[in-house]
Amino acid sequence: MNQLDFPILSVMMGLPMLAAIICLFLNAQAARWLALATTLVLFVLGVVLWANYDIGGPQWQYVERAELFGNFAWALGIDGISMMLIMLTVFLMPICIGASWEAIQTRVGEYMAAFLFMEVLMIGVFAAQDIFLFYILFEAGLIPMYLIIGIWGGANRIYASYKFFLYTLLGSVVMLIAMLWMVQDAGTSDIPTLLNYDFAPEAQTWLWLAFFASFAVKMPMWPVHTWLPDAHVQAPTAGSVILAGVLLKMGGYGFLRFSLPMFPEASEQFIWLIFGLSMVAVVYTSLVALVQQDMKKLIAYSSVAHMAIVTLGLFAFNRQGIEGSIIVMLSHGLVSAALFLCVGVIYDRLHTREISRYGGLAINMPKYAILFLLFTMASIGLPGTSGFVGEFLSLIGLYKVNSWVTLVATTGIILGAGYMLYLYRRVAFGELVHEDVKAMPDLSAREMALLAPIAAAVLWMGVYPESFMAPIRGDVGALVARIDRAAPEGDAHLKMGKAKPAIQDEAHGEAH
Amino acid sequence: MNLASSLWLVSPELFLSVSSLILLLVSAWSQEKAARLVTILSVAALFGASILLMVLAHKPEFKGGAEAFDGLYRMDAFGSTAKFLIYLAAILSLIVAPRFFQDGGKYRSEYPVLILFATIGMGMMVSATDMMTLYIGLELNSLSAYVLASFIRTDIRSSEAGLKYFVLGALASGMLLFGISLVYGFAGSTSFAVIGETLSGDLSTGPLIGLVLVLSGLAFKISAVPFHMWTPDVYEGAPTPVSAFFASAPKVAAVALTARVIIDAFGGQTSAWQQIIVFVALASIILGAVAAIGQQNIKRLLAYSSINNVGFLLIGLATGTAQGISAMMFYLAIYVAMTLGSFICVLEMRDRDGKPLESLASLAGLSQTRPGLAAAFAVFMFSLAGIPPLFGFWGKFLVFDAAVAAGMLPLAVIGIAASVIGAFYYIKVVKIIYFDEPANEIVVTGHKAENILIAILALIVSPLGYLAIPFVAPITAAAAGALF
Repeated sequence: MNQLDFPILSVMMGLPMLAAIICLFLNAQAARWLALATTLVLFVLGVVLWANYDIGGPQWQYVERAELFGNFAWALGIDGISMMLIMLTVFLMPICIGASWEAIQTRVGEYMAAFLFMEVLMIGVFAAQDIFLFYILFEAGLIPMYLIIGIWGGANRIYASYKFFLYTLLGSVVMLIAMLWMVQDAGTSDIPTLLNYDFAPEAQTWLWLAFFASFAVKMPMWPVHTWLPDAHVQAPTAGSVILAGVLLKMGGYGFLRFSLPMFPEASEQFIWLIFGLSMVAVVYTSLVALVQQDMKKLIAYSSVAHMAIVTLGLFAFNRQGIEGSIIVMLSHGLVSAALFLCVGVIYDRLHTREISRYGGLAINMPKYAILFLLFTMASIGLPGTSGFVGEFLSLIGLYKVNSWVTLVATTGIILGAGYMLYLYRRVAFGELVHEDVKAMPDLSAREMALLAPIAAAVLWMGVYPESFMAPIRGDVGALVARIDRAAPEGDAHLKMGKAKPAIQDEAHGEAH
Repeated sequence: MNLASSLWLVSPELFLSVSSLILLLVSAWSQEKAARLVTILSVAALFGASILLMVLAHKPEFKGGAEAFDGLYRMDAFGSTAKFLIYLAAILSLIVAPRFFQDGGKYRSEYPVLILFATIGMGMMVSATDMMTLYIGLELNSLSAYVLASFIRTDIRSSEAGLKYFVLGALASGMLLFGISLVYGFAGSTSFAVIGETLSGDLSTGPLIGLVLVLSGLAFKISAVPFHMWTPDVYEGAPTPVSAFFASAPKVAAVALTARVIIDAFGGQTSAWQQIIVFVALASIILGAVAAIGQQNIKRLLAYSSINNVGFLLIGLATGTAQGISAMMFYLAIYVAMTLGSFICVLEMRDRDGKPLESLASLAGLSQTRPGLAAAFAVFMFSLAGIPPLFGFWGKFLVFDAAVAAGMLPLAVIGIAASVIGAFYYIKVVKIIYFDEPANEIVVTGHKAENILIAILALIVSPLGYLAIPFVAPITAAAAGALF
């Protein structure tokens, strides 16, 4: 079966499902504890998964397969990339539950059930080895997220939940038609088989576009990103955390798992589209972030900019670019989650997200100011934090392909420093002018317990990224080998220079 | 084929006919008192007919299907599957009926008898292999349905619904008959098989007009656009259990009948009917979705939802392949569960005086007063919208799979994109139930039988339904295989 002799992936999906159903019938406090216990157990299972993962072993590990559904199978299995994203999920989930501990006071059982159900689906999406199972789990995420935004969201939550639901649904439906066509053409819905199946290049174009429609919305790429700021602003803190931390990664994962290896020729053909949209996104959304008055909106726009770096790196078709993109995804999952938590901490105290209502927090909330600064720096990509590793690698990969695009993408880093430092200055520095801000207490033990693990992970990934890169190295290698035939030529055209003086010296020597 | 074996083949209909006639006599003599007893006996009769159906289907000598009465009627896997669904839907709409009417004191024993008559008609429809049998079955069903729609005589909306249904239904029957007579004139026979043989090759104008008129008449019965106008009015005006019945059993019968006419009688004329079905399918999907957005009455909304779903069913039919018909049958089975579930949820919407509520606004905040009912309602809505992991998605999956396999990619893409429009009003219902402040209009205690039925149907359309695929898929495949 696998190295653990029990179907760990099915257990990791079954356990939260069971807990979710039980939560519906529990009172508030019991539901909180059950949800926390379940997510912690899942985190432990995730660690077991990682500890037993055989680096350099077979590409697909912990494989399970049950022919349950006739047309498709309950097929699970992970490679290094899936495993890191599952780790991200199980790491963030207990933090989400913790973040909702006091903020959510109404219908707690249903809330915890929605989050646990969400966890089932997220783990399932990253572990699915059957393309239809993937689609079902991918789409199913709409239901709990719709409810989370709509029931526990802010003032304008109805509009945001509709927009989130319909936008993502419209993006995804055409992908289903493409999947149906692919399965009929290849005769199997097994993802590992499809990964090595060569579709006709002219068909690839259409299939790629159908998948692009879905993943670009999920990612989100400019100009289909507009659902994200609305959803983030209206969602409760933990909803934003899971949205930015994991759900956005599904788009990147989709490009990585489907678009690139299944349609390499089409991916090459549409590089201009990806690069174009991503360049606009990096510059435009960074500028938009610069003028935001709402903290959550600012971070939401910064997410769009960071995700554009991911797409640029992925479509560089080389190892540095792809590895860098995966690290950016992981790092952004941690950092944006932490930033949303930081916003949540002060929102819980003052019930406003308006930046100008704050100021001078470094004076009365020093612990908070330090952690917020760390995550701000990580978001900017300061060396020593996780943000640097990913962005640096993916930009190197990109530079091999196109120096002009890299130039534009790099301005995103500078603008990123601009809007993040500006945000930090307005929130944490300056004088304490508002009386109510002055009265705000520093981080509680619970909030400390939420932010400290993320801070540790951010520093770990920044200082010793090898832990995170080792599991993905082999899989990125396989991917690069697969798409190598379509890889674009770089624009640098390096030439070996002539070593003129040495020849002259020799001639001179002979004359003597 | 002798008479005895013919009678044996139609035994489910025969059994139902005898039972319903006896029950009619019982109800005539015992008046209102026996209403409940007649209902129970009717349910028992339907169960009996289902058992006969299964006995017949498993008889080795009828394995590949058999014809009765010299080709007027055909017993095969297709008809049996459709009939089984029809009987189940009829049983469910009988179980929920007494309580609805009793609260108003209007329940009468004619109701179950009429349902039985309609069911016999539907059984004839799905087994018809001759235009005459088709028409008799259709009219038996329709005439019972007109009476059922106006069952609450004192309610002006109910009477209006019955009258409207009758007038428009008569018009549709007229079109159908005119079409049949044209086809008969050119083919020289009313038998599907003979029509199929005679009208091979290019169709001349006469039989083409006949085909169009026949399809128009049938489109009325399945309430497909552009012959859908009666549906919202009738569903709104008719008593809710009757609307539930209309949305489920006759839909199955009419869709199955349309499939049989198209495949058996016009199987060689794919190019002639395919464009009609494709247009009707897409028009139903889009209009069913767009027109539902503005509705304030839950029954009207469900009527548009049924129009919308018929569009998806017709995509399976439009392919004209065995895979498409099989997908259509599977979709029908899921659709019956979803739509009956939704209507039974509507039955639960009553205020403290027991008066039925129908406005969407009265559903507001239901999740806080009746969490179980709200969850079931949300499950049905998401399922009707075709959002995975609910089982309604599987029906859409299958019909689109068939459309892609038949190479009808534009149809599949437009159809699935239009399903997003439909999703809007389904999630609007969920929004009202879950996001809005409680209106506290709906009574908090439910009815036990209704609650149990809702729970069972919700479980069927929940993700657990996927586990049933390996068992249902061979049945629908066999049903589709019987047509080819």
